Amino acid sequence: MKILVCMSVVPDTTTKITFVENNTKFNTQGVQFIINPYDEVSITKSLELTEKLGGTVSLVHVGLTENDAVIRKGLAIGAHDAFRINAEATDGQFVAEQIAAFAKDKGYDIIFTGRESIDYNGGQVCGLVAELLGLPSVNIITSIEVDGNTATMTRDIDGGSEKLSCSLPMVVSAQKDLCEPRIPNMRGIMSARTKPLTVIEPISVESFGKFQSFESPKPKASVKLIDPEHPEELIQLLRNEAKVI
Amino acid sequence: MSVVIFAENSEGKFKKGVFEAATYAYKTANKLGTEAKAIVIGDVNQEDLNKLGNYGISTVLKLNTPSNEFHTQSWSELVSQGFKTMQGSVLIISNTYTGKSIAPRIAIKLGASLATNVIDLPDTTNGFVVKRGSFSGKGFAFVNLSRATKVIALTPNSIDLEEQVTTLTVNSETIGTQAPATQIIGTSKTQGKIPLTEAEIVVSAGRGMKGPENWGMIEELANVLGAATACSKPVSDVGWRPHSEHVGQTGITIKPNLNIAIGISGAIQHLAGVSSSKVIVVINTDPEAPFFKIADYGIVGDAFQVLPKLIAAAKASMSS
Ligand SMILES: Cc1cc2nc3c(=O)[nH]c(=O)nc-3n(C[C@H](O)[C@H](O)[C@H](O)COP(=O)(O)OP(=O)(O)OC[C@H]3O[C@@H](n4cnc5c(N)ncnc54)[C@H](O)[C@@H]3O)c2cc1C
Repeated sequence: MKILVCMSVVPDTTTKITFVENNTKFNTQGVQFIINPYDEVSITKSLELTEKLGGTVSLVHVGLTENDAVIRKGLAIGAHDAFRINAEATDGQFVAEQIAAFAKDKGYDIIFTGRESIDYNGGQVCGLVAELLGLPSVNIITSIEVDGNTATMTRDIDGGSEKLSCSLPMVVSAQKDLCEPRIPNMRGIMSARTKPLTVIEPISVESFGKFQSFESPKPKASVKLIDPEHPEELIQLLRNEAKVI
Repeated sequence: MSVVIFAENSEGKFKKGVFEAATYAYKTANKLGTEAKAIVIGDVNQEDLNKLGNYGISTVLKLNTPSNEFHTQSWSELVSQGFKTMQGSVLIISNTYTGKSIAPRIAIKLGASLATNVIDLPDTTNGFVVKRGSFSGKGFAFVNLSRATKVIALTPNSIDLEEQVTTLTVNSETIGTQAPATQIIGTSKTQGKIPLTEAEIVVSAGRGMKGPENWGMIEELANVLGAATACSKPVSDVGWRPHSEHVGQTGITIKPNLNIAIGISGAIQHLAGVSSSKVIVVINTDPEAPFFKIADYGIVGDAFQVLPKLIAAAKASMSS
């Protein structure tokens, strides 16, 4: 079983999001970067699969050299090797084109992505990579088992869930409940230092669009407090003032 | 050239998001000096189909399939083909699980620019710029979609419905697709529940509820208001509630008109997924709970004492 995990590097979840340069850039000042939480889940699930069935787990990341330390954390969790495509990841389509060009002809049985990255929330890479490679895709999976050449999965659908099967190779996107992410142990951290991290130059990609600017949510007016003894006042306000019920 | 929506149906009926997409398409088509059209897959209740004409859709292309089963690859193929038949230039899809699965594949098939999580009409004064949610609600991004063809996934509850009565023509077509790569083994729907992503009202609760046995009150309030129920991450982590109810940065991002948060502190990761709610009500014993900072209405009080009275008041109000 040969698995590729697409790994995104994102601001820590506690980051207060601000923008600079006339709101055209995300302010990275003082921000700690982490593995995208959904990708941590993908790495762990891939390891569980290969531990059971044999095989390897590779990481691929599109990004610049400053993300190498975070990629090493992915290796410390247990991935066997990593590839960094040396380009600034400007949007989901650019990232997907790079990953598809890299993965083509390498014979991966499963390509994992997260359901979305917690920064740009695109949720696009799974479908884009699959379509570029002409492979089936299953989005937002919460369980996966592989038997021979067939994977059986559960995916979230609108208003419920669905059990389905698909023959390999395929591309899937991981939902948080797929498994509990592993935390690297000391041995993992030590061995990650010597695992291969190969840098690959990007292909040239025609732009599909451009992030022009950003905006922060408008500050809220202060809260209107209601007497806990008289919650009926809240219902009145929701009905007559806010008009939401 | 036309602006086309993919009108996804659920057991032959349209959800509100489809009419929001229609409103969006009509308004966008107006800006571009063209018409708004729709693609449907499978059989749809005639009344619902006609209703598309109330929201500015002039032509519906009904694609016949042997079954209504959702398969990502074949649906992507069907919608792409239908879009080409209708000579579309902009495709609007609801940002549902289904929509998010097919939008990227369609974008590649059409060589289109893609934007997901879109929350406002495009600005067409200089290019085609859409506003989309980013950073799990902690920021918004404006993206200029430069390709001639564009695929937009529109977040439910982002656009106010606006009626626009149009004469509707329905055409039917059969488009062949390859046999699906996936086989559906079984589907389980959360019976009678409103999906969180589409809910207009959400009643959410956190660890302050002390245990799963106390969720009866939360469900009762939700029932009275016609709301969906949600929870904070630790609540689903310990198994008091299903993971599908977990909202926040690593859970579901919601955008209801009203979110009532009970016994939730409002940590930054929770707020990330709920801060786009139009009106926020917080009920918490701790006046310093960070949630109050983004709340519109608040009750500093014990949920166990406030809720019974609140439910009674809501019942009285909803029946009046
Ligand atoms: C300086 C700078 C500028 C940036 N500007 C933008 C910008 O303008 N717009 C923008 O969308 N993003 C930008 N990014 C952030 C980064 O590229 C996003 O994390 C990425 O674009 C996510 O794409 P998406 O939103 O489509 O994510 P999704 O489609 O949600 O991604 C889902 C999954 O795709 C995979 N994936 C995503 N990114 C990578 C990656 N880099 N390498 C490997 N796999 C990956 C992961 O499995 C991830 O969970 C920027 C980053 C930097 C450093």
